[in-house]
Amino acid sequence: MPVKVITAGLATTIQDLGRPGYYHLGIPVSGAMDRLALRAANLLVGNPEDAAGLEAVFMGPELEFTEDAIVAVTGADLPPKVDGEPQAGWTSFPVKSGQVLSFDFLRAGARALIAISGGIATTPSLGSRSTYAIGALGGVDGRAIQAGDELPLGDSAGAVAGRSVPELLRRGPGSAPELRVLPGLYRHRITDAAAEQFFADSWKVASEADRMGYRFQGGQALEFVDREPPFGAGSDPSNITDACYPYGSIQVPSGTEPIVLHRDAVSGGGYFMLGTVISADMDLIGQLQPNTQTRFVKTDMNGALAARRDRAANLDAIRSALA
Amino acid sequence: MTARYTFGGDEHIFVEVDEEMSLEAFFKSLSITNAVKQADIKGVTEICPANASFQIKFDPDRIHPDDMMAELKRLEESAGLAERVLNTRIVEIPVYYQDPWTHETLMRFRERHQDPDATDIEYAARINGYGTVDDFITAHSGAPWFVSMVGFVAGLPFLYQMVDRPRQIQVPKYLRPRTDTPRLTVGYGGSFSCIYSVRGAGGYQMFGITPMPIYDPHQTVSHLKDFMVFFKPGDIVKWKPIDRDAYDQAVEDVDAGRFAPVIRDVVFSLDEFNADIDGTNARLQEVLHAG
Repeated sequence: MPVKVITAGLATTIQDLGRPGYYHLGIPVSGAMDRLALRAANLLVGNPEDAAGLEAVFMGPELEFTEDAIVAVTGADLPPKVDGEPQAGWTSFPVKSGQVLSFDFLRAGARALIAISGGIATTPSLGSRSTYAIGALGGVDGRAIQAGDELPLGDSAGAVAGRSVPELLRRGPGSAPELRVLPGLYRHRITDAAAEQFFADSWKVASEADRMGYRFQGGQALEFVDREPPFGAGSDPSNITDACYPYGSIQVPSGTEPIVLHRDAVSGGGYFMLGTVISADMDLIGQLQPNTQTRFVKTDMNGALAARRDRAANLDAIRSALA
Repeated sequence: MTARYTFGGDEHIFVEVDEEMSLEAFFKSLSITNAVKQADIKGVTEICPANASFQIKFDPDRIHPDDMMAELKRLEESAGLAERVLNTRIVEIPVYYQDPWTHETLMRFRERHQDPDATDIEYAARINGYGTVDDFITAHSGAPWFVSMVGFVAGLPFLYQMVDRPRQIQVPKYLRPRTDTPRLTVGYGGSFSCIYSVRGAGGYQMFGITPMPIYDPHQTVSHLKDFMVFFKPGDIVKWKPIDRDAYDQAVEDVDAGRFAPVIRDVVFSLDEFNADIDGTNARLQEVLHAG
C-alpha cells in the first residue's frame, strides 16, 4: 500500500467533500471542516477538488510513502517536513518512495488538510470516503486512521511540485475571529435584550470543540420568554419539540453555553436555536482552537449571500492561479 | 395550526408546522416534505421531515432563498388539499423489556436520575399512573407508533404513539445525560419512544432492548442488505414484548443471517383514525398478523 501510517496524530481522519443526501436519516454530510482548504490542497497536487485527503487536528501524523507522490498541506499552519526537512504550506512538494512525511508543532489554526496526488482511495460509503465515526462510515473501517494502517492512493493526474496558492488567497482564522450569524429559527424564545447581549458578548471556544460541534463559553446566560411548555417539548425553557438542526445552527441548552453544529452534526434534537452561522464562515470555525476569543456578529440574508459570493470568488481566484 | 417559516442561515429553510407534537402536525410535515420531493425543485439537496416540523437544505447558488421560501409556501397550500392518506408499512419490533443490559447501565447512572431508588421503567409507570410495570408495558406495547422522525444520529427513530392525548405516555429525560447507552436500547423522552441505533451518550429513559438491528453500515444483516438504515418517517411500529429465551433466539437468528422482521404494507387514513382510534389500530394489527 502506498502510504503507511507510522503514527496517527490526534484525530486524523480521511475526508472529502462529504455525503449529502442522508441528513433525513441522521447521517450528516461530514467532509472537511475547512472545505476551501481541502479544495486548494487538491488543486495543488492536481487532484479533483473533491478527492479524499487527510484532516489532521492540532497535531500531524507520520506517514511513510512506498511510492513517489506530490503532497500539499493547507488550512492550519502545521508545518510539514519530509525526512525532517521543512516544507512550505499551501505549496506542493515531492515525497519519494521510502521518505517520511511528518509535521512540526501547530502554529496557527486547528486543522491541516493534507492532499496526496491521486487522492486517498479507500472504499467509499454512500458515495463518500469521509469518516463519520459515530455511524462507522467511510474512513478506514469507519474510524480515524491508526498506526499500522495502509492507505491506498488513486491514479495521479500528473501532479507537479513547487506550485503555490498566492498568500492573499489563503485564509486563516485571523487574530479576533468573528462569526456572522443570521438570526432566526427559535430566536423568539429569548428576550430582545438577551439577543442583543448574545451579539455583544465575547465568547471563548470551549474544550468540547470537534467535528460534531463547537461549544462556546464566557457570555451571559440568556433570558427566556415565559411560556406554557408545548406538549411534547419538555419543561426546560430551552426545549422545543424535537426538530431538525441546520448545519451551523446555534443551540443554547438551558441558555448557558452556545453550541454551533458542524459537519458531523447531530441531525436533530430538542433544544431551541437562536440563529445560524452563515455558510461562508463555517470553514473558519474548523480552524478555531479552544480558548480562542470570538464574537458572533449579526447579519441578514443579503449579507450572508454577499459573503458567500466573496468565498466563491476566493475559490475561483485560487483555481485561476493554479490553472 | 399555522406553519412558521424561518431561514437557517443561507442554506436551510426550517418550517415549524406546530409548536406542540400531534399526529396532525406530523402528518402535515410528512405530506409537505413528500410534496417537495415530488416537485423536484432545483437546488434542493436535503429534505428532512421531523416530528412537528421539517427542514429543507438548498444551494443558494442555484435558487434564491426567497424563491425557495415561496415554493415551499405554495407546496404547503397544495399539500393541505391532498387526501390525508399514507401508503406505508407496519413492522413488528420485538422488545425484551427490563433486560439485564439496560438495567446494568441504568444502575451505573442512578445519580443522574430523578428517582434513584427506582428503575427507569418503574419511575415511568408510576408518574404515568400505572399500578404495575406490567400494566405500563401493556400500554407501551398495546397501541402502535408512528416513526415521526429519523435522526439525531444515524438511523435512530423517534416514535409517537397512535393514541389520543390523554393516553400519551410522558416521561422527562434524565437530569443529566448518560455517557453510555447500549446499542438497540428502547428509550423514552418527552412524548417520544426511540431505539438507539448505535451505542453512545443518551438522555432518554431506558425500558428495554430489541434484538433487531436497525442500522448496519456494513450491510451484512439480512434485512439491511439493501440499505443500511431500516426506518423512514411514516413507518408504523408495533412493539412485541418478548422474554429472554425469545431474545436469545432472535439474536442467534440475526447472527445466522435468518432474522426476518414481520413487515406488512398498509394504507393509513388520518381521518379514519381520528374517527375511530382503537378500531383503526385493531385493523392495523390484523394486517400485521394476517398471512
